[in-house]
Amino acid sequence: MKQLFALIASVGILIGALGISTTVVAQDKAATPAATAPATATPAPAPAATPPAAAPAADAKAEPPKADAPAAAPAAPTAPVLVGADKINSGDTAWMLSSVALVLLMTIPGLALFYGGMVRKKNVLATLMQSFAITCLITILWVIAGYSLAFMPGGSFIGSLDRLFLNGMLFQKDAAKLTVSHLGVTIPESVYVMFQATFAIITPALIAGAFAERMKFSAMLWFIGLWSILVYSPIAHMMWEPTGYFAAMGVLDFAGGTVVHINAGIAGLVCALVLGKRIGYGKESMMPHNLTLTLIGASLLWVGWFGFNAGSAVAADGRAGMAMLVTQLATAVAAMSWMFAEWMVKGKPSVLGIASGAVAGLVAITPASGFVGVTGAFVIGIAAGVICFWAATSLKRMMGYDDSLDAFGVHCIGGITGAILTGVFNVKEISGADASVMTQVYAVLATLVYSGGVSFILLKVIDMVVGLRVSEEEEREGLDVSLHGERVE
Amino acid sequence: MKLVTAVIKPFKLDEVREALSAIGVQGITVTEVKGFGRQKGHTELYRGAEYVVDFLPKVKIEAAIKSDMLDRVIEAIEKAANTGKIGDGKIFVFELEQVVRIRTGETGADAL
Repeated sequence: MKQLFALIASVGILIGALGISTTVVAQDKAATPAATAPATATPAPAPAATPPAAAPAADAKAEPPKADAPAAAPAAPTAPVLVGADKINSGDTAWMLSSVALVLLMTIPGLALFYGGMVRKKNVLATLMQSFAITCLITILWVIAGYSLAFMPGGSFIGSLDRLFLNGMLFQKDAAKLTVSHLGVTIPESVYVMFQATFAIITPALIAGAFAERMKFSAMLWFIGLWSILVYSPIAHMMWEPTGYFAAMGVLDFAGGTVVHINAGIAGLVCALVLGKRIGYGKESMMPHNLTLTLIGASLLWVGWFGFNAGSAVAADGRAGMAMLVTQLATAVAAMSWMFAEWMVKGKPSVLGIASGAVAGLVAITPASGFVGVTGAFVIGIAAGVICFWAATSLKRMMGYDDSLDAFGVHCIGGITGAILTGVFNVKEISGADASVMTQVYAVLATLVYSGGVSFILLKVIDMVVGLRVSEEEEREGLDVSLHGERVE
Repeated sequence: MKLVTAVIKPFKLDEVREALSAIGVQGITVTEVKGFGRQKGHTELYRGAEYVVDFLPKVKIEAAIKSDMLDRVIEAIEKAANTGKIGDGKIFVFELEQVVRIRTGETGADAL
């Protein structure tokens, strides 16, 4: 029932938001020839001819959105177009179909187990439930409006409603025609929608790490649903759709260091601050109840991340290969650097430590993965391990917030580390784009302010309407029994 | 007859059991317990979050013995459970009024 309310409410709000955005579009429109360097007139089947997936294709401004633009447009498309089935590259498509499965695996069961093992036993089902329910909720919202708002050309800050309910996304068997996104011209649009859906799913699911063990399930659904529409879609649009604000500035974010990790991490910190600490925090032991689950979850995240980073090439090509290589390397380095840092400071290399270090490395290499070489991967790995270790232990203790499972300490801090170092270690030979540290920093700050601000408002409103926290009695009893009527023995 | 109760460090249980068997103690009862002593617990840090450890896990053993064995039993436990560090535990001695072996109905020292 409440899901239904959430749906209705979010659609209402997004229509309001769109009213604002169209004014922005009007001011921002500058019709320039859209073709950017590597995209050829007819997208050849050779993977090398695909335009870079993410930000570097950036200085193109929007043409007025035309969902059903003619297939034989001479320039590279700036909106989804209907093409002949022969334009589809089967290698790219096969890899992207696989990537969808890999990235979905990151949330269910990867993140669910990673978080589920870290909570106390009385809250494990509630924590698994959050990841699973978020997967379902966001899938629905993504098809209804999220994809259209994020990945259709529109204004600087948000897309359009041209693909509401995926209206206009076509596959015609007899005519041998189908639509492709302008962000991945060699694969069917349906695959691109699904690929991006898995990103939209994991991002809000990451936030759950910050409010674990104390948030009402109903309030969680409201918050996540609204956040996805009001925060995730706009930030994804700004960064990845060529008409977007950050994309036009030349900000580099290959697979979502800013869009996914900083975005979710700062929202997590705001959740932790607004909800307050868990009862007994600072006095009672809040040790993970089952690090076996956590390590399995971290491993699934790692494997799934190949779909996340190498998949963000939107092609089965050399860039995907490089992205996979630096992802593996940076992750291993970060896991070791966290482990050694902890060993030196605390005296023992912990299981939670090495698992968290690996995730920190995955997070930090995410924005850089299609742009840096081996040197960059090494440095990003070392930095991520040490800095995130500091954030999840010393910084958290110093500031006194209860970021239950370190969504902020690992994802936001790791994401910032990666976003800035992407500007430092970008290799033009690999990325085909210039990078500027200052531009990177600007996008980071803008995301922190926007995501943090909107999250704060959403939480305050939801607190007034349905209440954010469970009662003290329910929290003491554990969310498994008090919210879901079930328990693990 | 005496009842000797000792609270010891859990990992010392095997050594204490062997030492008591060696001097002829016929049986003991073991319970996992928690408690604090003069150190009162302490604060620990996990992943940046402090928590107080009020009660430490210990093992409590109980042995019913003849009075003439008391000194040897105390000595055996003391030696076997000693690490020289804080938290080695304590030995308590009680007078024991009666013992009954349920199967046979024997009482007193015969039932030990």
